[in-house]
Amino acid sequence: MSLDAATVRRIARLARIRVEDAEVETLKSELNAILGYVEQLDEVDVDGIAPLASVVQLGLRQREDQLSDGEIAEQVLANAPDRIGNFFAVPKVVE
Amino acid sequence: MSPFDLTIAQAAKALRAKDISAVELTTAYNGAVAALNPRLNAYITTTPELALEQAKAADARLKAGDATALTGIPIAMKDLFCTEGVRTTAASKILSPFVPPYESTVSAKLKAAGAVMLGKANLDEFAMGSANITSAYGPVENPWKRREDADAKLVPGGSSGGSAAAVAARIALAATGTDTGGSIRQPAAFTGLAGIKPTYGRCSRWGIVAFASSLDQAGPMARNAEDCAILLNAMAGFDEKDSTSAPQPVPDFTQALTRGVKGLRIGIPAEYRLEGTNPEILALWDKGIAWLREQGAEIVDISLPHTKYGLAVYYIVAPAEASSNLARYDGVRFGARVDGVDLIDMYERTRAAGFGAEVKRRIMIGTYVLSHGYYDAYYLKAQKVRNLILRDFSNAFGKVDAILTPTAPSAAFGLGEKMDDPVTMYLNDVFTVPASLAGVPAMSVPAGLNAEGLPLGLQVIGKHFDEETVFAVSAAIEQAAGFAALPEVRAK
Repeated sequence: MSLDAATVRRIARLARIRVEDAEVETLKSELNAILGYVEQLDEVDVDGIAPLASVVQLGLRQREDQLSDGEIAEQVLANAPDRIGNFFAVPKVVE
Repeated sequence: MSPFDLTIAQAAKALRAKDISAVELTTAYNGAVAALNPRLNAYITTTPELALEQAKAADARLKAGDATALTGIPIAMKDLFCTEGVRTTAASKILSPFVPPYESTVSAKLKAAGAVMLGKANLDEFAMGSANITSAYGPVENPWKRREDADAKLVPGGSSGGSAAAVAARIALAATGTDTGGSIRQPAAFTGLAGIKPTYGRCSRWGIVAFASSLDQAGPMARNAEDCAILLNAMAGFDEKDSTSAPQPVPDFTQALTRGVKGLRIGIPAEYRLEGTNPEILALWDKGIAWLREQGAEIVDISLPHTKYGLAVYYIVAPAEASSNLARYDGVRFGARVDGVDLIDMYERTRAAGFGAEVKRRIMIGTYVLSHGYYDAYYLKAQKVRNLILRDFSNAFGKVDAILTPTAPSAAFGLGEKMDDPVTMYLNDVFTVPASLAGVPAMSVPAGLNAEGLPLGLQVIGKHFDEETVFAVSAAIEQAAGFAALPEVRAK
């Protein structure tokens, strides 16, 4: 299976990456080379094999429900492009 | 002895004996960084003043008798570790304005031990690459040169290429790296260094810019196994801030260095003898086998039958996790932003301008393999094969104590080579990726030079949380190899 130009555009849209028309053909061939390579997994029999998401077999730990930090507004906002008081000032993100 | 020829162990001794002060040592390294970094581009950000301040504090600690094995040791920090008050870019444009208000756990531990930070080392963008050519801050030059072609620029490997070049060129005494599919081991091999990727969970990932969270692991890169052990002693340990950090006690890894290999069973996996592998690499592997046998190890032929699928699994799982991790870079609350006509346009323009080509490719592959209709065929399938790869190792470690393989399929290659398509570059990681997928510790040690005079490494793979055996075997190889060659470009 190989990707066509429309699918490349759709993936770019899902990934929120702007792709110019001139880039589509190159991206298409690069992505197809990678997908072509990984298709060799089709020959592996995985019947009855569980998917492995992590080699760490621990359950998630839970911490005590206690305040451990806070009162660090200046640090939290240190990288904000813009601020109003102790708030991030951002472009309109809810439309 | 020149301060540039010292190992960590030797420097620590010299500092205690007052043969040299931490300020003198750091001043020498600051000078070497200033002289060689413009050429090598091993650091994205240098921090000479901070280093000097830390060196002064180190001298005070040495005087007070409160020094650790790392107090006053000047190191390079891969620019993937968040460092409080020091810009952290992950070699990406999108993080170019980012100055973390906090310190990663691993760098905080090194700081607390008294290590001196010379600067933030260059890397592939978001640690995605095998040649340090995807950095938005330019490629890194390998200080090693081909004997017959000293003008050709070679790559230092990646993604920890800046760390590798800095230590090899003696503009850092040691460095931190991170390894997701070989990013410590392959550059260590390309630059004649020792480097270990510890067991997944051994070092905290907290404060390290995330690439593929189920694989990322921090580790040291240094001139020999002993220095790596000293560094890992300080870097390792449980951290409640990382949900996959292992609550395992940390042994003194330096104690394992002199254990020897007598009676150890060393596995040699048939599947790593790939067709078309450079005969020099195979010959070095055979030498390594002979060295261990001579020192009393028992050599055992083993099979890791799913080895050949490692790369394919990796190039599904790692991009999938990356596409999720890198979704946070949207230009809203931090990082670079490019304005657009509406919200989605702003996201798309920000990410198109902020990410380089390799990062975009991996995000797109990851997005695709996780997308509706393709998840089962790609991502779920890859996770199942990953389980088979883990099983291969578990079965092998029922029979052997450690596994010996080459680290990389070639020596350092030229800048601009292996660029035909992304897969050609990915093949660099063929020997390192399986251990990453299984989460087992693996170390590269320099074992010889090829006919062109470039270093080659051997890889020692151990059981989960058995870095000690890895160190024992690596130290034995190191001793037998007697690797003493030095790169062309270096501080003297």
